[in-house]
Amino acid sequence: MLNVFELQEKLVACALPSGFESRQAKVLAELAKPYVDEVTIDTLGNVICHKKGPGKKLMMPAHMDVIGFMVTFIDKRGYLRFEPLGGHMAGALPATPVVFENGAHGVIFADAEAGFGKKNLTDIDIHDLYIDIGAADRAEAGKLCPVGSVCTFDCAPAEIAGGCMMTPYADNLSSCVALLIAMSEVKTPANDLYFVFSVQEEVGCRGAKAAAWHIDPDFGIALDVTRTGDAPSDAENTRMAVRVGAGPTVKVKDSSLLCNPQVIAHLRAAAKKARIPYQDEVLPAGGTDSAAMQRTREGILSGCVSIPTRNIHTPGEIVSIKDVQQAGKLIAAACELGF
Amino acid sequence: MKELLRALCTLDGVPGYEDEVRKYIEEQVRPYADEMEADPIGNLIVFKKGKRRRVRPMMVTAHMDEVGFLIDSITDDGMLKLAVAGGIDPRVLIGRKMRVGAKKIPGVISLKAIHLTTAEERKHAAPLRQLYIDIGAQSKKEAEGLVSIGDPAMFASEFYELGDCVKGKAIDDRIGCAVMIELLKTELPYDTYFVFATNEEIGSRGALVAAQRVRPGCVLALEGTTAADMPGIPEHKQSCAQRQGAVVSILDKTTVYSRPFREKVLKEADKEGIRWQYRASANGGTDARVAAAAAEGALAFGIATPTRYIHCACNVVYLPDAEEVLKLAAVVIKEAGELNV
Amino acid sequence: MFEVFELQKQLVAAAAPSGYEHREAELLKKLARPFVDEITVDPMCSVICHKKGKGPKIMLAAHLDAIGFIVAHVDEQGYVWFDRIGGHNPGQLINCRVQFLNGTKGVIRVRDAAKNLPQPSGALAFTDLYIDIGARDRADAEKHVRIGDLAIFEGAPRLVAGNNVMGPYADDLIGCVVLLMAMERMKKNDNDLYFVFISQEEVGCRGSITAAEGIHPDYGFAVDVCGTGDKPDDDKVPMDVSVGAGPTIKIKDMAVICSPALNGQLRAVAKKEKIPYQDEILRGGGTDTGSIQKSGAGVHATCVSIPTRHIHSPAELFSVSDVENAAKLLAAFVSQKL
Repeated sequence: MLNVFELQEKLVACALPSGFESRQAKVLAELAKPYVDEVTIDTLGNVICHKKGPGKKLMMPAHMDVIGFMVTFIDKRGYLRFEPLGGHMAGALPATPVVFENGAHGVIFADAEAGFGKKNLTDIDIHDLYIDIGAADRAEAGKLCPVGSVCTFDCAPAEIAGGCMMTPYADNLSSCVALLIAMSEVKTPANDLYFVFSVQEEVGCRGAKAAAWHIDPDFGIALDVTRTGDAPSDAENTRMAVRVGAGPTVKVKDSSLLCNPQVIAHLRAAAKKARIPYQDEVLPAGGTDSAAMQRTREGILSGCVSIPTRNIHTPGEIVSIKDVQQAGKLIAAACELGF
Repeated sequence: MKELLRALCTLDGVPGYEDEVRKYIEEQVRPYADEMEADPIGNLIVFKKGKRRRVRPMMVTAHMDEVGFLIDSITDDGMLKLAVAGGIDPRVLIGRKMRVGAKKIPGVISLKAIHLTTAEERKHAAPLRQLYIDIGAQSKKEAEGLVSIGDPAMFASEFYELGDCVKGKAIDDRIGCAVMIELLKTELPYDTYFVFATNEEIGSRGALVAAQRVRPGCVLALEGTTAADMPGIPEHKQSCAQRQGAVVSILDKTTVYSRPFREKVLKEADKEGIRWQYRASANGGTDARVAAAAAEGALAFGIATPTRYIHCACNVVYLPDAEEVLKLAAVVIKEAGELNV
Repeated sequence: MFEVFELQKQLVAAAAPSGYEHREAELLKKLARPFVDEITVDPMCSVICHKKGKGPKIMLAAHLDAIGFIVAHVDEQGYVWFDRIGGHNPGQLINCRVQFLNGTKGVIRVRDAAKNLPQPSGALAFTDLYIDIGARDRADAEKHVRIGDLAIFEGAPRLVAGNNVMGPYADDLIGCVVLLMAMERMKKNDNDLYFVFISQEEVGCRGSITAAEGIHPDYGFAVDVCGTGDKPDDDKVPMDVSVGAGPTIKIKDMAVICSPALNGQLRAVAKKEKIPYQDEILRGGGTDTGSIQKSGAGVHATCVSIPTRHIHSPAELFSVSDVENAAKLLAAFVSQKL
């Protein structure tokens, strides 16, 4: 089976935020080629991998964009002001190292207006933060990191205890890894398969919508991450039953969609057949490509398989390597079971 | 452009009630359009042929609607209560001159008299539910004779010169409409759709419908955008500045504007000496948000005229900035033809 | 020949918190060996490198300890609860990746985030922070960490724009770099020199007290980092120190008023050697300079600082040229006949 950790490392090293996915798109297209009949890239940059099969059309998006930041202004001393791409809590960002597309390094800090220390951490305004790249002035900074350039968290995956890896962008690169595993494991498709590495999920599931319109599938199963209820950071009263290491989940519901029962049943049947342990997921938040698919054209029956992840949207997301493998196998099993 | 803008800003068009504006635009563009149609939601979709055809359609869009209100109830004393249509800064409402309904009944936005307010109350903007429009009626019956529930209510601001700037209501986004009308008068290098959209201020609903019909491969949104280049605002929070030319979007709450396409266009723009600046803020959104995600997806470009005091009763622009917007839009229309979308 | 960035990378890779500086001490002993006559390690774990001479005793001190974390408790679910070593801003630690000295990695998180995050960062208690190392349960966790184990910020120094370096532990491994470079550059001289890598500065300048008592120097120079006034919005409380404009000669910090006479001598050397420097008054913060000055019957003491942004974060930023100039300045001073 494909090596989860190595693939995560490879993807983290090239991934750029929403709207700028061409680097990881290229890598993923190359990695997918051996397992499918045709790989195409559409207007917005979605990578569509078609493995021909009989019966119903099944679209399986895993978004390949990651959260990050875009430079919007450079002051006269060479400090960068930025806007978020995707969801960030501004109060947790000071002291976070970032790396730019061209390899330049910087770190996010709060200016005096931010009130870091006086204001509640949840009230800190991202416009009162800046990135220090060490530049002497506006001109030097502008050459290295011009307005419009983007950056991501500057750290790499690490293997840790419990068979887990701690990595930036388990959301959603670990799902992209799982999708590659799924592609590589499918031997006899029972459906016409479209594996999609989608774009711009973190800023509103925009890629999956366009891809779904184009492919016009009968069913959709997204692959994403989900929160868990197994950490001290979770509140007692909203605790989820999902845990890292107890298997991939079959999503029942999140804030953006009620998964169609047919798809839930299909996934459960596939899991049973392939003897893959899974967890039931009800996420009291969130939004994924499955919602975008469900409401495209006349509607697409949709569901989702998720990888349980702690510390989502931080540089230290934690997933179980086995859960990633099993998520891939579950998708493969769903492909080999006719709708 | 000034007279065109004057005419447009004198017309009324609260979201859903843009007929007046559309009719005027229809008359202006009729001689230049190859196809023209008003769709069921009220958009005016104009198609003009160019020297060459495109691989996928291009949609240039500006919205006809302005922020305003709808009358949602009439009190027993004949005062009109308001529901807002679009985002409005509540601090700017008290005492405003308004027009209500098709008959353009004049009124004033009123509030509890100042000598009855407490010091605490005077510190905050009154919430919308406490405001009402006074049309001089003495009773509900009298008011009902003049206006109806559901009537639009808009700012009754005049358009005039302010130094070398102009001031008026609804410059966001009649200035975009003015630029599009001017573009329609020119020879185009490629076939292009021009969508004068409705219902933008309440969520780009007009543009969504138009985009699903046109199915663009590239969309250019023309807007009026907030310029906060005023005293006391730190440079990094000003977003853009008046007199610095056309404002180019890089990112907002709902769209990541295509960087490769933007870089191509700006290179060309620099060659032609067009004055432009980046939009440094990522607040808000444009009609690109729905057009870019429609059908198979489209690359997005956003150009705006720096506009002070948007979403208030009086906006102020420096018209030469709009001239640069016009020039830059022409470059976008041309460069988009070379895109392989 | 020592090179700032390469040397700092080496020292950071061996970083260790106050009280447990052993691995850093071993590395520094190895690096200093060629330049001095004798190296001893005192009971506090300060590393004393002695270059013998008949002239006056000069002590140059940089602290080798790092701020960090120490395991206080491992809970049933395998999460690691910790205490701090040295000064940390709890709000700034959220989502911070750390590594234990034994290689285990994890990330710092806050308990009951929904309740604790809507608070000012200063109101957060360290007892509300924990480290997630991915363990399945206590038994699994205890294969990797135990009570008393130490952790530091993850990350290595990076070269950034302007010939600057960004990374953890500029404070005060960069001071140790200055000492090593000064040792290498100094010319033959008759002074009795003690280059001391001081322990436990971050928990109260403890190592410098005992080291200075053991040496009884005539002159004392601390080498540490100092804050700068060149960040956005620093015009609110102006400080005329910037990264890249030269090392500083400290006039005052919270624990010391540096010897004006010694500063005068240092400035004269700087002028003669054409080495740029900045004048430093540090409103918040103390260094080993104070302990050295007060030791024994008193010592003429001052400090040369490396201007550093974002001190005590995983991304401290300083200039390579400031470090080189600090080393040149001190090498020139100790090479004099005093």
